[in-house]
Amino acid sequence: MDNTTAVGMNRTGLDMAPLSKDQLVEFAREQAPRAPHEPAGLAEVRKQYALEADRVGSVPVPASLKGVAKAAMGKLKGDNPEVLIDKLGERLAFERTGVRLYEALITKAGAASQGPMLDLAQLQAMRDDEASHFELLTRCLQQLGADPTAVTPCADVAGVAATGHLQVLTDPRTTLAQALGSMLMVELGDNASWELLAELARQSGHEPMAQAFAGPLQAEARHLETVRGWLRQAVLDEGG
Amino acid sequence: MAINLFTDKGVPLERQRFTWKELVGKPISKLDDDAFTRVRVILMNGIETDALRVSQVLLRMQREARVPLAQLTRVENHQATAINWMVSADHSPLETTIAYEQVAIEVTASVAQHEPDAYMAQAYRYALLEDFDHLYRYAALMDRLEGKDANSITQGYTDIVPGRPTVVHHRSPENDLLECYARDAALATKLHAITLVGGEYQTHDYYIHYGPWFADPVARQLYAEIASVESQHIVHYGSMLNPDESPLEKLLLQQANEVWNYQACASQETNPRVKALWEQFLEYELGHVQCALQLFKDIERRDPAEVLGDGKLPRGIEFRSHRDFLRQALAEVPMRKDGTRFVDEDDEAVASLQYRNHMNSQGSPSQGVSSAYQWMPGTELAARPATIA
Repeated sequence: MDNTTAVGMNRTGLDMAPLSKDQLVEFAREQAPRAPHEPAGLAEVRKQYALEADRVGSVPVPASLKGVAKAAMGKLKGDNPEVLIDKLGERLAFERTGVRLYEALITKAGAASQGPMLDLAQLQAMRDDEASHFELLTRCLQQLGADPTAVTPCADVAGVAATGHLQVLTDPRTTLAQALGSMLMVELGDNASWELLAELARQSGHEPMAQAFAGPLQAEARHLETVRGWLRQAVLDEGG
Repeated sequence: MAINLFTDKGVPLERQRFTWKELVGKPISKLDDDAFTRVRVILMNGIETDALRVSQVLLRMQREARVPLAQLTRVENHQATAINWMVSADHSPLETTIAYEQVAIEVTASVAQHEPDAYMAQAYRYALLEDFDHLYRYAALMDRLEGKDANSITQGYTDIVPGRPTVVHHRSPENDLLECYARDAALATKLHAITLVGGEYQTHDYYIHYGPWFADPVARQLYAEIASVESQHIVHYGSMLNPDESPLEKLLLQQANEVWNYQACASQETNPRVKALWEQFLEYELGHVQCALQLFKDIERRDPAEVLGDGKLPRGIEFRSHRDFLRQALAEVPMRKDGTRFVDEDDEAVASLQYRNHMNSQGSPSQGVSSAYQWMPGTELAARPATIA
């Protein structure tokens, strides 16, 4: 596919309607007094709904007796193990989607006929890293007696946030540089989230788990730098 | 090329085939294609899905026509798919909504000006002013929710100003009805009404489907409110159609309507790839008319000329900005309904006022979202001086 940025007949701007431009603006101004004036605007409605809202859902109760005991013990220690389970569930879901995002990027890179040529083997390794992180998190949740197949609230919200990236990566019309721009946002978030997860595990008294996260943290840092480098090269080479 | 519904036979129904790849072709460009290409894509999806709806209902009513109706339904569904899949994935539901309102405005404005029956023309102008207002309310939502300029979709063709305020669109059901056209009404009158019913169905279905997609309660409320009005519009336009028409008469008119619309699209399309599709589907629809003509003759034993006259088509929809007409029509904003009559604001049916007062008693979504809203190029944020620290 063509990966170049081209000049063309983009019609979205007002300058593309030179004949109607002025009358459009003038008529909107002229009709402005007919706009409603509601004292309680959008913010008030949103606030009212926020006050009445339920949450998106709950963290599932650990199913095994062992899990229940551990969760109960955590409570006794003054911790909130559901917070850790929620965030582990979020990372797990994100890494699992990350595998699919890299697979989409591999397809896009393989179809490129121009622009930056990404190292497909390196991309495949990055995809495999995400898969291994998913597996690690599955084991972590199982150790806590939690269900790794459950969708926790943070996992659900992260899934909503990832929807846009999936759309960008799987659209056949997007260029490699556009896809890399999306992946940069993914990796920036991923890095910060792994750091936070390690800190939370440590604070929750799960030091071995926190130490096990050192590997993913290093791998995600490499991913970030690689994606950032590819994007930089793609944009600057074309812009220059 | 002047088409005749009796002599131009198109592609026979049995030769109308698709592959999955053909159904999922290249989409149009949100950025580069002309807004009227998108208008035609949306309109024709509405026309096809309405044809599908009519065929599906007739299947339940017309034993002798079951096989050809099943065949027609299959093709109509695939035509609708090929058309609707041309809307590219970078259109957010709200951007598509803006485009839907532009369709309603510019298509209805054209129909209102071509309509030979003065009462029906009044009915088109009436609902037109309501869809015109919906564009303004959704534009405010798009600006204030997504930070986007609705004009990037409407491309300068359509004014973004208040019409008849949505807060007063809510009527008691009996006041949405209109007098229907006579069975011997002009073909133009019948085709106009069928087109608008299809358009409104599609718009309603889109809003009622996408309303819950939004997280923002303001958006959820606005879609709930406007979906309700679009449902009223289905009744408004739907009651124009004569209930005494036989099922096969309706099928014949529905198929003629598709030919009429495809011809208008094909003759004005600027995107060559899309134009080729309109031309292909025009030929397909002529084939469908042949099928409907045969059923009409075989089962009803009637002369199709009773319904289609000499087979010539009336003047087609003009896909262009109808800005001047719309600005003049704004003078009718105070108009209201009492039964099937159009009346002054003070004479509106009391039942509508009671219904509306209750619906709006916990706030009006359309008023709230657009409070003090004035469309400006680049969103209302562009009007405020930037502060650089």
